[in-house]
Amino acid sequence: MPLALAGCNEALSVVAPAGPAAAAIATLWWVMLAGAALICLLVAGLLWGAFRSRPVADGADGARGERVWIHGLGLAFPFAVLAALLFYGLWVGERLMPRAGSDVVSVSAVAQRWIWSFGYDDAEGRVTQGVLHIPAGRPVDVAITTRDVIHSFWVPRLAGKLDAIPGHVNVLRLEADRPGVYAGLSAEYSGAGYAGHHFEVHAHDAAGWSAFLRGERP
Amino acid sequence: MNTLARHRRLTRIWASDPGWRGWFTTVNHTDLGRMFLVTAFFFFAVGGVLAMLIRAQLATANSAFVGAETYSQLFTMHGTIMMFLFAIPAFEGLAVYLLPKLLGTRDLAFPRLTAYGYWCYAFGGTMMLVSLLFGIAPKGGWFMYPPLSGAIYSPGINTDFWLIGITFVEISAIAAAVEFSVSILRYRAPGMSLDRMPIFAWYALVTSLMILTGFPPLILGSILLELERAFGMPFFQVALGGDALLWQHLFWLFGHPEVYIIFLPAAGIVSTVLPVMARTTLLGYGWVVAAAVALAFLSFGLWVHHMFTTGIPHMGLAFFSAASTLVAVPTAVQIFAWIGTLWKGSPQLRLPMLHILGFFATFVMGGLTGVMVAVVPFDWQAHDTAFITAHLHYVLFGGFVFPVLAGIYYWLPHFSGRRRFFKLGEAAFALIFLGFHGTFLAMHWVGLLGQRRRIETYDPETGWSAINLVSTISGFVMAIGLALVLIDVVLHTMISARTARNPWKAGTLEWAMLLPAPAYNFASLPRVTDRDPLAFDPALPLRLARGEGHLGTPAQDRRETLTVDTSSGRPDYMVIFPPNTALPVLMAAVTGLFFLSLLLKTYWITPLALAGVAALACRWVWGLGARADAGPQDAGHGLALPLAGETDRAPGWWGSVFLLTANATLFGSLLFGYAFLWTVAPGWPPPAWLPAAPAELAVGAGGAVAGAAGLRLAVRGNRRGRPVPGLLLAAAGALALLGALVSFLGRIPDPAGHAYDATLTMMGSYALFHAALLALMTGFLLLRVRGGYTSPARRAEFPIVRLWADYAALVAAATLGLAHLPGLIA
Repeated sequence: MPLALAGCNEALSVVAPAGPAAAAIATLWWVMLAGAALICLLVAGLLWGAFRSRPVADGADGARGERVWIHGLGLAFPFAVLAALLFYGLWVGERLMPRAGSDVVSVSAVAQRWIWSFGYDDAEGRVTQGVLHIPAGRPVDVAITTRDVIHSFWVPRLAGKLDAIPGHVNVLRLEADRPGVYAGLSAEYSGAGYAGHHFEVHAHDAAGWSAFLRGERP
Repeated sequence: MNTLARHRRLTRIWASDPGWRGWFTTVNHTDLGRMFLVTAFFFFAVGGVLAMLIRAQLATANSAFVGAETYSQLFTMHGTIMMFLFAIPAFEGLAVYLLPKLLGTRDLAFPRLTAYGYWCYAFGGTMMLVSLLFGIAPKGGWFMYPPLSGAIYSPGINTDFWLIGITFVEISAIAAAVEFSVSILRYRAPGMSLDRMPIFAWYALVTSLMILTGFPPLILGSILLELERAFGMPFFQVALGGDALLWQHLFWLFGHPEVYIIFLPAAGIVSTVLPVMARTTLLGYGWVVAAAVALAFLSFGLWVHHMFTTGIPHMGLAFFSAASTLVAVPTAVQIFAWIGTLWKGSPQLRLPMLHILGFFATFVMGGLTGVMVAVVPFDWQAHDTAFITAHLHYVLFGGFVFPVLAGIYYWLPHFSGRRRFFKLGEAAFALIFLGFHGTFLAMHWVGLLGQRRRIETYDPETGWSAINLVSTISGFVMAIGLALVLIDVVLHTMISARTARNPWKAGTLEWAMLLPAPAYNFASLPRVTDRDPLAFDPALPLRLARGEGHLGTPAQDRRETLTVDTSSGRPDYMVIFPPNTALPVLMAAVTGLFFLSLLLKTYWITPLALAGVAALACRWVWGLGARADAGPQDAGHGLALPLAGETDRAPGWWGSVFLLTANATLFGSLLFGYAFLWTVAPGWPPPAWLPAAPAELAVGAGGAVAGAAGLRLAVRGNRRGRPVPGLLLAAAGALALLGALVSFLGRIPDPAGHAYDATLTMMGSYALFHAALLALMTGFLLLRVRGGYTSPARRAEFPIVRLWADYAALVAAATLGLAHLPGLIA
């Protein structure tokens, strides 16, 4: 299983997904890696062949060579592969967009050098620092912004990243399959404290989540 | 005149000054090309040392080798140096050296501009080095995102070094691009029609046009950010109507084409060297040219793929994702055209070919990971991780450094006149290839394990240590390989034996000359009837040396060459190049003083430096031309050509067209910024629109019409020997424009108050600058008329100024119109 390759620690691993968004992207990656490997082999084989073969006799106009190399391999081949990949990518991307739904939980993330503060629509006035609490198994929309420079909100095992930009609010959809603690990072260089700009996402089961909303320590 | 006498005579005419003086007064493209290349590789070494320091820091977890502050300077300067002080200048150097030789002419279109560009690069690069040596180097990452790079979060001079130093260096890129465009389109051997042009010239042409349209957005961005930092004009501050995203758009509008600006010349090297290594001709020449052009167009449509995580709507992302994947198609056309060429011929594994194979292996993988990150969802994960670092090194090292090394070894006999003797190159290649892949292959993986780019340290628990250690060790192996190349080249130029002409049996014209290249390139200019003139006619070099081509007998001691019609290659007119002069280095020094005064905020020097530049520019142009009509000149073989000054489309006209293209892109980027802020920035509309002033608008419109009409009148009047009335009208127009624009700028309440006011100030100042330029040029022309430098025949200067008059009128009209529009509507 590919996960075995991920090494001993996969707290920040894109290829050890723990939510539907990250899982869809991880699958996308493995598909693309396989395709890329095949294309690499093809090119390597063609190069090897060029050194093995005798010069190819071609008409004075080189028309046959152009048909094979330019029209076939240069144009048709990448067009077909890229069109398929593009639609696959758009389809995945479209599914990862935040959409309205009855069970969507809305939270907010505000970045500042070098801390993250989180707020909760379901618990007015509740602010946590460094730890984002979410319910497991429910889609969560994170409204992301910043108080100073540009940062980026990234929980690799749950979803892709989205930037925190002054004056703008970006909404990221994420979801954790199971309760647990997931590591989060800021992923846009922000100055001297950048390397340590971490946070955690605590995904609770239903009981833990309502306890959190009631203000009890989870 | 026999061959030797011709050689001596031409050498005396074309050679640079002897001794150390020659370094500063040379305007010869062969010398300047070598200087460019040596300087570029010096910066490559500096950037490489920085890379080794970065790798040393990341070798182990919790490293305390350098602190976060120093580390940020290291990675910022590594990227900056490699992009701006190595890759682009290396292309410039190679093209400066090669283009006239490939095209069968004696120098580039504007020899003094070549020298000026070189000195701007050398001085600007020195400025950046100084910042590094004093530990005050830029540290916000090579793309300098505000607000981090703004005055609040980056006080101090570090960021200013980047904004001002890089803008200074970019003068050389713009100068080179103007020069290459004109040279490739006009300065070719007679008979070299566009479809007979060497493929490298096509690539250089496309690259140059891309520089002209790709660099201005960054230059504008740098100006705006420096204005914000120095004077508080809030272009990127959201609280005052600016938007940090504007910088990202401007930067990547430059930044993505930049990748292809770096790749295309390298592809030109591959397209030139690979067929020679396979003893055949390039398969699908027309397709390869079309692919290069398509790449150029597409590359301007995908800058947003660097911004997939900034929250742009998914439909917008879809468009840019499609464009980003589409760009792989013309790349594939080239790759398979090259492989098809290898099949067509019989490839030999000589040293340049090894590097080309290194290029294939590396660049194909970089291209494939490029397609991956063009797929939006994957980019959301990979963005800003080590995966991107790995990807971009595969593309840039694979797509640029390997081909350039192939080119260096291919043209080494040309640079030095010697044949390769030591076999260090093969060992060096093995070390570089293995070292490179060892450094960067596993880096993709550690990126997917969550290692971000630009972190200076990490915990051992992350599990990244082993990969990073391998990466660092391999990095040093690669560095040793590159050092071996340097030793190989130095030994080669010092002690190898002389080579015969055309050691590779290549077909292009650069091999049809003595080696090392003489100052005049060709003793006489060939008449080209084939794409590979040397393969077609192996005796050509000797016949040229015997003076059997055009311009073989210098009638007077002047530097003669000829230009051709753009598409057909029919001879058009003769050009006399200027002699050796210290004017370029002097002008670059005064330009440097201008930038230095901005950097050190000694603003009282700024206008003095500007006046100095203007005075030197007048001196520069004044030296051209003659006081008497010369009539048609003998160009050999019964060909009689007029001098450039006695035509309507002199080199200066063509140069102005391309410079104005870049200039218009800058203005267009400014208008884009205005529209972007208006529609996207949160702090809009501004507190108050500027009220309309109909009188100001009317004076401005009148000035624009008079400026443009005056020059038309002058061109027409000059045919009857009466250019002065038109020029006076144009001068009046320029003064009216100045008046209207000064009044406009005076009405803007506070440039630091809101991004709207700041933008209007910027637009008004830009238009004011061009109105002042028009006034200066018109005054200059009046003096030229009085001095007897013009006549109905010697007419070339009028159409040139007409271009600038039209542009100044257009810019002023657009600025005043757009600025008055909201006020008129309200």
